[in-house]
Amino acid sequence: MKIAITSTGIELDSQVDPRFGRAAFILIVDSESYDFEVLDNKENVNALKGAGIQAACMINDKKAEVLLTGFCGPNAFKALNAAKIGVANDAGGTVRDAIKSYLEGKLPLSDKPNAEGQW
Amino acid sequence: MIISIASGKGGTGKTTVATNLAASMGSNVQLLDCDVEEPNSHLFLKPKFTETKNVYTPVPEVDKDKCTLCGKCGEICQFRAIVVIGETVLPFHELCHSCGGCMEVCPENAISEVGRELGVIQKGYLNGIEFIHGRLRVGEAMSPPLIKKVRALTDPHKLTIIDAPPGTSCPVIESMRNSDFVLLVTEPTPFGLHDLKLAVGAVRLLGIPHGLVINRSDIGDSQVQAYAQKEEIPILMEIPFDRNIAEAYSKGELIITVMPEWRERFISLHQKIKKMVQ
Repeated sequence: MKIAITSTGIELDSQVDPRFGRAAFILIVDSESYDFEVLDNKENVNALKGAGIQAACMINDKKAEVLLTGFCGPNAFKALNAAKIGVANDAGGTVRDAIKSYLEGKLPLSDKPNAEGQW
Repeated sequence: MIISIASGKGGTGKTTVATNLAASMGSNVQLLDCDVEEPNSHLFLKPKFTETKNVYTPVPEVDKDKCTLCGKCGEICQFRAIVVIGETVLPFHELCHSCGGCMEVCPENAISEVGRELGVIQKGYLNGIEFIHGRLRVGEAMSPPLIKKVRALTDPHKLTIIDAPPGTSCPVIESMRNSDFVLLVTEPTPFGLHDLKLAVGAVRLLGIPHGLVINRSDIGDSQVQAYAQKEEIPILMEIPFDRNIAEAYSKGELIITVMPEWRERFISLHQKIKKMVQ
């Protein structure tokens, strides 16, 4: 299974970036081998609006099944839902920690957004 | 002739100048309050509203039976207001700028237009002055579409005075564009000067003749005057920091009501502008 995690850096030991749409990087990690691909999100970081929607499209293109992040707004959540990508909202620590927590069932999937839309 | 009253910094006296100028002109004049996020000209002019209508902007709706999920609509949209994701096409109405691009490129003709409410436009009169303003719907994030609709009610046979919102962003540009003259209201403070420079930059980009009104002109410092001289921007009126004016404002009264000698000054302000435009 591929897991998308928002990250402040490009390593598994980087800290989770709490923002989704405007995260510095998004890592697409294979949950078994821990092989990963780094998506540079710099175009979205400065987007006026719709950053979360665009980020959702990006991880959908990479066939991620789950997203681990800190905060996910209503538009991004709607888009992720449409793509049938599960969202765990309260991820923290390093990317590796977050994946471990998720796989151990300690990071439950959320059924609603946990941030306000950004204007 | 269209005169826009703008400022850069908020609270410098745009509405004071716009309402007193309109009221001094008597008839054959209309005032458009384009500060649709917080219109307040009506508090001073006190028109009797005779018309209120809801206004809408077109946004896309997709016929899911016709849609083949080709994604062309999402590719053309610069605002992510429509995306194809998974097995779904998702429009986000509040992000849509109503360009119609998605509808144009859809090979299946699956997209039609529905309306997103922008707010209301109200129209009324007071002593021969036509008054129009927009009131943005609470929750609506974009004001330029409503400002455009207010400005569409410009009567070319009248003198049109536009009370613009503060700042220098899209709503202000929308309020100033195609004006014959922009009157910039400022105050003689470092903050006033800072934002005045931004406003002058915007007006120059639009290529519109402009001049200054300095409000509370006898307080603060003389840097605005120095700047105006250096940049060759005419100072067309100075309004002193006067308790009578402040009291009138606090009661929602016009300066020309409590101090009738000001009517002549506003008429002369209009004459100066007319000369500069010709």
